[in-house]
Amino acid sequence: MARKITYQQAVNEALDQEMARDPSVIVMGEDVVGGQGSPGEMDAWGGVLGVTKGLYAKHGDRIMDTPITESGYIGAAVGAATCGMRPVAELMFIDFMGVCLDQIFNQAGKFKYMFGGKAETPVVIRAMYGAGFRAAAQHSQCLYSVFTHFPGIKVVLPSTPYDVKGLLIQSIRDNDPVMFLEHKMLYTLEGEVPEEPYTIPFGEANLVREGGDVTIVGFGRMVHLAAEVADKLAKEGISCDVIDPRTTSPLDEETILESIENTGRLVVVDESNPRCSMASDIAELAATKAFSSLKAAIQTVTAPHVPTPFAASLEDAYIPSVDQIEAAVRKVLK
Amino acid sequence: MSDSIRGITMPKWGLSMKEGKLLEWSVNEGDEISKGDEIADVETEKIASAVEAPASGKLRKIVTENDTVYPVGALLGVIADDSVSDDEVNAYVEKFLAEFVPPEDDDEEEVSASEFIDINGLNIRYVSKGEGDDTILLIHGFGGDLDNWLFNHDDLVARTGKKVIALDLPGHGQSSKSVGDGSQDFLADTVIAFMKAVGVDKAHLVGHSMGGAVALNIASKQADMVNSLSLICSAGLGKEINLEYLDGFISSDSRKQIKPFLQQLFADVDLVTRQLINNMLQYKRLDGVTAALQQIKDGFIEGASQKKQFNDVLGSVSKASVIWGAKDQIIPASHKDNISGGNVEVLSVADAGHMVQMEAAKEVNEAIANTVA
Repeated sequence: MARKITYQQAVNEALDQEMARDPSVIVMGEDVVGGQGSPGEMDAWGGVLGVTKGLYAKHGDRIMDTPITESGYIGAAVGAATCGMRPVAELMFIDFMGVCLDQIFNQAGKFKYMFGGKAETPVVIRAMYGAGFRAAAQHSQCLYSVFTHFPGIKVVLPSTPYDVKGLLIQSIRDNDPVMFLEHKMLYTLEGEVPEEPYTIPFGEANLVREGGDVTIVGFGRMVHLAAEVADKLAKEGISCDVIDPRTTSPLDEETILESIENTGRLVVVDESNPRCSMASDIAELAATKAFSSLKAAIQTVTAPHVPTPFAASLEDAYIPSVDQIEAAVRKVLK
Repeated sequence: MSDSIRGITMPKWGLSMKEGKLLEWSVNEGDEISKGDEIADVETEKIASAVEAPASGKLRKIVTENDTVYPVGALLGVIADDSVSDDEVNAYVEKFLAEFVPPEDDDEEEVSASEFIDINGLNIRYVSKGEGDDTILLIHGFGGDLDNWLFNHDDLVARTGKKVIALDLPGHGQSSKSVGDGSQDFLADTVIAFMKAVGVDKAHLVGHSMGGAVALNIASKQADMVNSLSLICSAGLGKEINLEYLDGFISSDSRKQIKPFLQQLFADVDLVTRQLINNMLQYKRLDGVTAALQQIKDGFIEGASQKKQFNDVLGSVSKASVIWGAKDQIIPASHKDNISGGNVEVLSVADAGHMVQMEAAKEVNEAIANTVA
């Protein structure tokens, strides 16, 4: 287990190992080969950030560049999934969901239900999300709460390289449509990852820090900020549970509720805009199912209800910070 | 500076340990302590255990705070006799703190320490320490790996001056997850081939649980390759075994499911930390592990009993020891009474369970050292 690789390498390794294991796994998307149809490995950049680099040389035509038409190739991936393939389609930025949303929520997410359980749609749609990349309002959103809203679609938000590999392999082997969302600011994060293939079941939260005073539930990159705050406050004798749900659909309600029943205090950290967010969803969970345990009003730490600003100083102020999280923890302790 | 001052430092339990969390001291400043006494509780990423006093004397100073993480080698406390003044103790602490450099986060050391070798098409991981002519081979049990020897490996090198090798059996740890026909002979033959491949013609075999049965099987097949046997809570010495544990361990795939089974391994259930459960789940979730474990279990169990007993083999080995945690819930400690004849030392450790080599490392290491002497 001693080997360390990055979050980005973990995505690549999971795709590589599953393509090697199962010939029905194919990868498609804009520039995922990167050579505009060129046969040479030299031109194959492997996507805008090089995440799929090297796969073309190993797996050839099972990794294919598509036209810049999300409505077309996401639909094609969904169709291929119903016909026996296991496509992994890359939507590049989650912000592009608008042009192919019908294919995802109105088609893929409903086939099993509408065809009496006879149709499987084992498609994985990978996309980058999140702010901090100086990529402005159309390339910086979270939007995972949108997909969490739709029944029939599973939503995965890995925060570590270990979770990336195990959850992506699980996503590919799963028989339902899965949105696999990667925070672009985590791509260079290193962590220990086994070389062998492995899986992590959906709906199993990871307790990142264990403490008894406050429950902090964080999503994606926010898990790391929450852990930083927990480590800081531990030195003052304030101990926090930090929970990373890892998948928002299905959601490990049990781990979250057990923690709240123990601490009585909840802070939810969600990089999304605040309305109809995971923050409001977890707050609702606590208020309806753990109300009698709560000793203080629930605090949420989110981005404000505005598009992600392009000005660097404003973008930095937009993203939830460790200072805001710390202040929220102190507030629930008052 | 007086030689009668001894620093107590954060121990290093195993390759990957870089720091430990000091939970609390079980002794106070001013207490007389003896070498080997358990004096403080420490939790690491892998396991919780106790720091042992490195020398006898008075605990003059504690320099740590509870529930705080310290790097390996950091000063925790100071032992000195009354002849040493407080000023000298304080000077020792200051000097230590001024000169102490925490170990660097050096992953390469770890990687090079763990080696892989191809045995009949299987990738087998092992760690070799020490340089003696004589070799001790540590064989872990069902579902375990070479980290089960965390508290034994280095200490045995220091105590015996021999080369000590620990391996991951097929289907376990970081070795290949293919286990042939899953039979006991397959495991023994793989270890025999491993010994030959790493140039060990003859070794002192130390086996825990199923690894004990593997060691016994090797002794029955190739007596000339075995110098001595140290069997810890060993399989192969009786019929009874906790089948509920084996099946539960194999089928569990969540923290909740696996925790009660892991707790059966220890007399002190607090040793089953969140991290230990995480590590076990990470292993169990590797492709092929569940199938491998099931296959090995099927090769090992008939009905509700262990298939093979090797009590007669034990009697024919020139020197052997049988070590048991009296509170073993997996294989009954009463199996140590099934031994007759031969040159066998029997040790029962009162407050330990199936993982006695972790819970009572000192006693177990002593017994092994005596056996291989």
